[in-house]
Amino acid sequence: MSENNVKKGWFGSTMSLPNDDPRKTLLIAILLCLACSILVSTAAVALKPLQQANKENDIKRNILAVTGVNQEAGTLDELFARFEVQLVDLATGEYADTDIEPTSFDQRRAASDPSTSTRLSSAQDIAGIGSRSDLAPVYILRDGDEIDQVVLPVHGYGLWSTMYGFLSLEGDFETIRGLQFYEHGETPGLGGEIDNPRWRSQWQGKKIYDDNDQLNIRVLRGYVDADSPQAKHQVDGLSGATLTAQGVSNLVNFWLGEHGFGPYLQRMRNEAGVI
Amino acid sequence: MASEARANVVNPLINNNPIMLQVLGICSALAVTTNMMAALMMSIALTAVITFSSLFISMIRHHIPTNIRIIVQMTIIASLVIIVDQLLKAFAYDASKQLSVFVGLIITNCIVLGRAEAYAMKNPPMMSMLDGLGNGLGYSLLLMAVAFFRELLGSGSVFGYQVLAVANEGGWYVPNGMMLLPPSAFFVIGLMIWAVRSWKPEQVEKPEYQIHQVHRTETL
Repeated sequence: MSENNVKKGWFGSTMSLPNDDPRKTLLIAILLCLACSILVSTAAVALKPLQQANKENDIKRNILAVTGVNQEAGTLDELFARFEVQLVDLATGEYADTDIEPTSFDQRRAASDPSTSTRLSSAQDIAGIGSRSDLAPVYILRDGDEIDQVVLPVHGYGLWSTMYGFLSLEGDFETIRGLQFYEHGETPGLGGEIDNPRWRSQWQGKKIYDDNDQLNIRVLRGYVDADSPQAKHQVDGLSGATLTAQGVSNLVNFWLGEHGFGPYLQRMRNEAGVI
Repeated sequence: MASEARANVVNPLINNNPIMLQVLGICSALAVTTNMMAALMMSIALTAVITFSSLFISMIRHHIPTNIRIIVQMTIIASLVIIVDQLLKAFAYDASKQLSVFVGLIITNCIVLGRAEAYAMKNPPMMSMLDGLGNGLGYSLLLMAVAFFRELLGSGSVFGYQVLAVANEGGWYVPNGMMLLPPSAFFVIGLMIWAVRSWKPEQVEKPEYQIHQVHRTETL
């Protein structure tokens, strides 16, 4: 090539080497990685605030939805400001005495860090979550001074995935107001029917404790017999999604039980004078 | 030139459809076709990735060393997929939640790498881009068709709007739960391949092996 006489510097001369020359191969590889990493990291950093906001709004929307608050009544932030957010020490049931800002508490990160979580034995771990964070947020909606509803974050394993959701209890701490999942990977149309409003609406009004104050709430296989005295503790199963429904049943039992929010609910019921 | 450009976009729709004729990209066609909204988002994501990966790979094709060409192609495709995924998370949060890992799995979609290797490495950027677009649209067309049947028969709805009154909400239609499971996508794609090959017999491959001819070699 006649251009070889022209001074091109090391970059130009390396670029004009045959493609399979190791020096050119290396240069191309480095340049490509550089260009791609700049693009990817720019996209990730620039879009991070939007993504974070989406995530937080999604959780707020779900908390509002599970309590049945009319979402048309104001902006998301206005409505959400009515909730009092507290961190509960799950082992004792007391509100935790920490510096952590409750609204920014990341329960999933806490659950994966051994220093802020408790490993569950397989007998305790009916929800299939492995380890449970020591603290968990609760969202309290008040009506005047009275507690109207308390929203508990719950999660557990279904058929394919961990299902994350919220369970809302009425101020008596034993009547379910609603159950809603905001993240799961169950089969659409089968296990995914846990999102179906008709199925979800059955949870409203169910009692979680029986006459002896034992935890008693479950999802059946098949339909609830409305005449049975147990009917107020039972929810219809989902046809074609026995394992997902079982997973929901298990996670509700876990989070309302002694290793979940049990001690907290016990304390709140004592304070409210229910028992 | 103009006719070639047109052919690049139009041919992959039916005549040379990447899923129906080349039988590539089946994995995601099974996974995201349970409802049309998810299939539409996936189609847009894949079409964007394949269009731009073909363009960029074609632009630098004269400088790609042959011994690392697949890695170079994968790096470009993977970067584009990450960007698309990030954009979805920022601007279409609900859709990205529904698609979850399948956007990331566009990286392994053989249609994208196939077009890069078969076309973009040998052809100029504009043509490669159109070729990528055409194949993306061919994939989208099939995905939407499969999703239409699966959502209609499996949930009685189209794009989330109820068109058949479903039995457990008081209607007459009992949804076919199997349409929502992955095997049904195989059946639907198989039936569509059959239909298209009956319509266009030139798509039928010649048999690779015939017992008759082997026997005859002695007499020939």
